[in-house]
Amino acid sequence: MAGSTAWLEGLAGAPVPSRRLEDWRFTDLTALAAIHPKLAMAPDPLAGVTLPAGVSRLSSEAVEALLGRALHANHSEQHWLVQLNQGIQPAVVGLGVSGAAQPLELICDAGEAEGLVPWRILLVLEEGASLELLQVQRSSGANATTVITEVLLGAGSELRLGSLGLGDRQACLLTHLAVEQAPGSTLALTSASAGWALSRFEPRVVQSHGAAHTQMRSLQWVDDQQCADTHSAIRFDGPGGTLDQLHKAVADGAARSVFNGAISVPRAAQQTEASQLSRSLLLSDRARIDTKPQLEIVADDVRCAHGATVSRLQQDELFYLQSRGIAAAQASRLLLRGFCDEVLRGLPAAAATWRPLERLLGADTQLSPDPEQPAAPLGKV
Amino acid sequence: MIRPDAPILLEIQGLHASVDEQPILNGVNLTIRAGEIHAVMGRNGSGKSTLSKVLAGHPAYTVTAGSVRYQDVNLLELEPEQRARIGLFLGFQYPVEIPGVSNLEFLRVATNARRQERGDDELDTFAFEDLVRERLNVVQMDPAFLERSVNQGFSGGEKKRNEILQMALLEPLVAILDETDSGLDIDALRIVASGVNQLAGPHTATLLITHYQRLLDLITPDFVHVMAAGRILRSGGKELALELERTGYDWVDAELARQPVEVP
Repeated sequence: MAGSTAWLEGLAGAPVPSRRLEDWRFTDLTALAAIHPKLAMAPDPLAGVTLPAGVSRLSSEAVEALLGRALHANHSEQHWLVQLNQGIQPAVVGLGVSGAAQPLELICDAGEAEGLVPWRILLVLEEGASLELLQVQRSSGANATTVITEVLLGAGSELRLGSLGLGDRQACLLTHLAVEQAPGSTLALTSASAGWALSRFEPRVVQSHGAAHTQMRSLQWVDDQQCADTHSAIRFDGPGGTLDQLHKAVADGAARSVFNGAISVPRAAQQTEASQLSRSLLLSDRARIDTKPQLEIVADDVRCAHGATVSRLQQDELFYLQSRGIAAAQASRLLLRGFCDEVLRGLPAAAATWRPLERLLGADTQLSPDPEQPAAPLGKV
Repeated sequence: MIRPDAPILLEIQGLHASVDEQPILNGVNLTIRAGEIHAVMGRNGSGKSTLSKVLAGHPAYTVTAGSVRYQDVNLLELEPEQRARIGLFLGFQYPVEIPGVSNLEFLRVATNARRQERGDDELDTFAFEDLVRERLNVVQMDPAFLERSVNQGFSGGEKKRNEILQMALLEPLVAILDETDSGLDIDALRIVASGVNQLAGPHTATLLITHYQRLLDLITPDFVHVMAAGRILRSGGKELALELERTGYDWVDAELARQPVEVP
């Protein structure tokens, strides 16, 4: 590695994961080692934000009582991303939600800062509460963002959570999301990331007594030498839970995309219905895609399905579009757009202002003329 | 409508084509004039569908000999999208499902590509919606299908209606319909055939590829051609289709033995 990672090991109190570890074997941390070894100030994502009705800051007592609970429930404590973030002890942004709250957007923008930028977020939805939250991670410089987001979903609560990571070609994004769902709660998580030299996303969900609903949609787009790695883990600790998971990846250039999707259905989790689908598109001969479902099913009365596809753009789809007068390049963009849109349309409405599709596909993606200035493609600026 | 002095729209001469180095077309000759409706019939594997795909420019097929003139251009030199823009239309036997691409947007982009080629203004979202709603009537299609992804979750009949809707929007000069009747129940067949009849006119031509007389009961062909072993073995009027319905294709093998395949 170009730089040293000793300072990171010092912060985490644990060695940087080696590629000899199964969970890290495809993930090249060179970009992380190149980050300037210092801690940078993380801007307060609530600065200038008026909290909508139904959302309030948690008291310090509540934060103290509840922080770490979702991590513990998900067996996350020994994960390196968690150790690193906890070693830094960033200020906690703690939010409580009661009733049907209005949508909220939290922006964690590392900007052009040099070094490591840490955030820690705790979100607690009371029984029956509902919220639509868009969490945006941004960077426009040579820095590494570390974020832990802990979510506690009370019985019958509903969270629609969007996670949008818009990176920089020198930047790293290390995110760990731990959710504990009470029975009757619903989590609809949609995540999309692009533009990072390295991104590692670890969404972990436990249905603590089963009988909850979890939907996960994610899209990662990599180009050039980038690496994006999603390691998800969902566990059902009671009967009657559902999971509907779709992970998509697009890999171009000499980039690498990694997906590992763990689902754990222990004996207590009878009548679980879980499905996981991983769909990846290879746009170049030099790109790599590694995708792995990891199902541990002990209960016998369950329905669990999984599937994985890695393909190029479908020739028959391209020809169909061309046979209607649509040029090959435009036909490719249409197909890519369709591929991505299946995930992106699940993002909260507030995501539209970030124009994720245009950032992913480049300015000429627009099929229809758009009066606004097109966004620059990520990683190519 | 046969008019011997009508302009030639499509002229296929000695067309040979192969897929994976396997010859499929072995010298197809066919001339189509404005106003004409042609039907190509033949057994499975006779090369009917290959002919339609080669004309549309499918990349899996290699033309090894022969020529195809479309009006005054060499069709084989053009990319598939250019062929479509100048007015060649292929109705697919198996229309492709394209998840995530809205049917409405697809139809608009395709229509505008054709309009641009003809020197017409591109239609904006609103103007296009007016046009598409009017053309939906041609195939009695539910507007709800515009909001779905292209062909995704459509039944066989809905997919074929969507093909004819595309034809109605693109206003081709030469429409090649590859087994448009396959998989249709009798009501859907009537609707699709009526759509084709509405769109046929004195300045356009239609090439129907079909197995069955039942489509030709609804769309009357001016010419019927029987394909076998990659070429047209016999041509005649609409009575030839009726004869095939009675006699089947058994005579084809004897006829093939008398007319060996020419090597280009």
